[in-house]
Amino acid sequence: MSVTEKDVLHVAKLARLALGDAEIERMVPELNNILGWVEQLGEVNTDGVEPLTAVIDNQLRLRDDVVNDGDCRDAVLSNAPDAQHGFFAVPKVIE
Amino acid sequence: MGDLNLKTLTELRDGFRAGEFSAREIATSFNDAIVAARSLNAYTIETPDAALVAADAADAARASGDLKPLSGIPLGIKDLFATEGVDSTSGSNILRGFKPPYESTVSGKLKAAGAGMLGKLNMDEFAMGSSNETSAYGPVISPWKRNDGGNAALTPGGSSGGSAAAVSAGLAPGVTGTDTGGSIRQPAAFTGISGIKPTYGRCSRWGIVAFASSLDQAGPMARTVRDCAILLENMTGFDPKDATSLDLPVPQWEAGLSSDLKGKKVGIPKEYRIDGVPDEINAIWDRGIEWLKDAGAEVVPISLPHTKYALPTYYIIAPAEASSNLARYDGVRYGLRETPEGGNLDAMYSATREAGFGAEVKRRIMIGTYVLSAGFYDAYFNKAQKVRTLIKRDFRDAFRQCDLILTPTAPSAAFGLNEKMSDPLAMYLNDVFAVPASLAGLPAMSVPGGLDGQGLPLGLHLIGNELDEQGVLNAGLAIEERAGFTARAEKWW
Repeated sequence: MSVTEKDVLHVAKLARLALGDAEIERMVPELNNILGWVEQLGEVNTDGVEPLTAVIDNQLRLRDDVVNDGDCRDAVLSNAPDAQHGFFAVPKVIE
Repeated sequence: MGDLNLKTLTELRDGFRAGEFSAREIATSFNDAIVAARSLNAYTIETPDAALVAADAADAARASGDLKPLSGIPLGIKDLFATEGVDSTSGSNILRGFKPPYESTVSGKLKAAGAGMLGKLNMDEFAMGSSNETSAYGPVISPWKRNDGGNAALTPGGSSGGSAAAVSAGLAPGVTGTDTGGSIRQPAAFTGISGIKPTYGRCSRWGIVAFASSLDQAGPMARTVRDCAILLENMTGFDPKDATSLDLPVPQWEAGLSSDLKGKKVGIPKEYRIDGVPDEINAIWDRGIEWLKDAGAEVVPISLPHTKYALPTYYIIAPAEASSNLARYDGVRYGLRETPEGGNLDAMYSATREAGFGAEVKRRIMIGTYVLSAGFYDAYFNKAQKVRTLIKRDFRDAFRQCDLILTPTAPSAAFGLNEKMSDPLAMYLNDVFAVPASLAGLPAMSVPGGLDGQGLPLGLHLIGNELDEQGVLNAGLAIEERAGFTARAEKWW
């Protein structure tokens, strides 16, 4: 399986990365190199093996269904590139 | 009194308590050393005033008999720990200027235990790297040089490169690091210091910038095993804010230290003798085996059959988790925002991420997005998670035959800056001995073993069973006592 320039563009779009032409060109062989290397996992017989989901056995906890946070709007907005009227502001979405 | 900054954390704690020097003198000594060592690029932000405020509180506490476990001790904090009101950028341009309105659980615990903060430590961007060269702030320069008369700048390792260089150069008596696939242990080995990654879940991940959540663990780095034990006791513990935090009491690791290994079995995995590793690495490993025998341990050969698949497994799982975790950097809530002229919201996301992430981070986001994308998920991600089960099983089987595992920490000594940056796979191989324990969530530690022929430190690596940090620390102590490693980088900065 080999990654093409078209694949790189598709993945970059999924990952929301506006890669430049030079980066795309560089990434095609790099990704192929890395993916070719990880494909050695195909040698391993994993029939009947469950994928690992928790590295250390641990029960997921439930907490009481009560508000335990909040009332910190200004702190939440304090690092926003553009905060307006108590909201995060972004470029117009609907024309 | 002189050179307080060259003392171990234990010496500083005990000397401060005995009234030999004040906390303010300690903090001032480190603040001065940090300013004089800016050429190493170990710190991204210096916070001398914060260190002095904590020092004055410690001096007052000593006067009133109110000492806390880390009173008088100033620490360096890796840049990916959220520290309230102080830049926390994970070595990335996309978080440049980010000042968290909250404190990470781990750094908060250390401060609550009386520790001060000297500053934030440089690191590979989002902890993705093994040489600290992917940092947006530029590489950290190791205090160590080869003894070949050349003047080549060496890497302190990564991703906790600033942390390692700071301890090694006397710019902090102890620091926080994080380890996803060797990022505490490899830099510790490269700089002749100790560092431990505890069992996954011991340290809360809350407030630590996420790289690969199923692997990320914080841990201490310091000059000695005892120093590490002291710090670890004050970093770990249950935190309801992290769903994977282990709800267990914190052991008294310092009080439990003992280098008597009688009755302990140490496993030597044959798969870690790999081709192309310098003889000196295997020689130091052999010496480590002798030291553990001398401490009373019985050495047994073991097999971890899936070792060779650990790195490729890691380089599917870690990028996959990273691509998900790093989706949050979109220019909306914090950090950098790039808005192309006339661009819509989607264009803002893509331009922000393109401008804010460095080359290695983009590479891993691309790999991660690819292996999780429709049609490839089973072939890559699911396959890797199954192999991870087998790797975990290898360790489970091994720990039926032994209590601990000894290996080298890294397959080489520190290398020169720019030597491996053009070849991602060569860089990834640095963590060949460190990654399996990460995939299995096990506690693991690097301690200095000796110097190679070029005068550079080499580390020995101890892996313990789940929750057996004490066993790891004790074997580390046994090696430390026998290696007699006192070498320090000669000051040139």
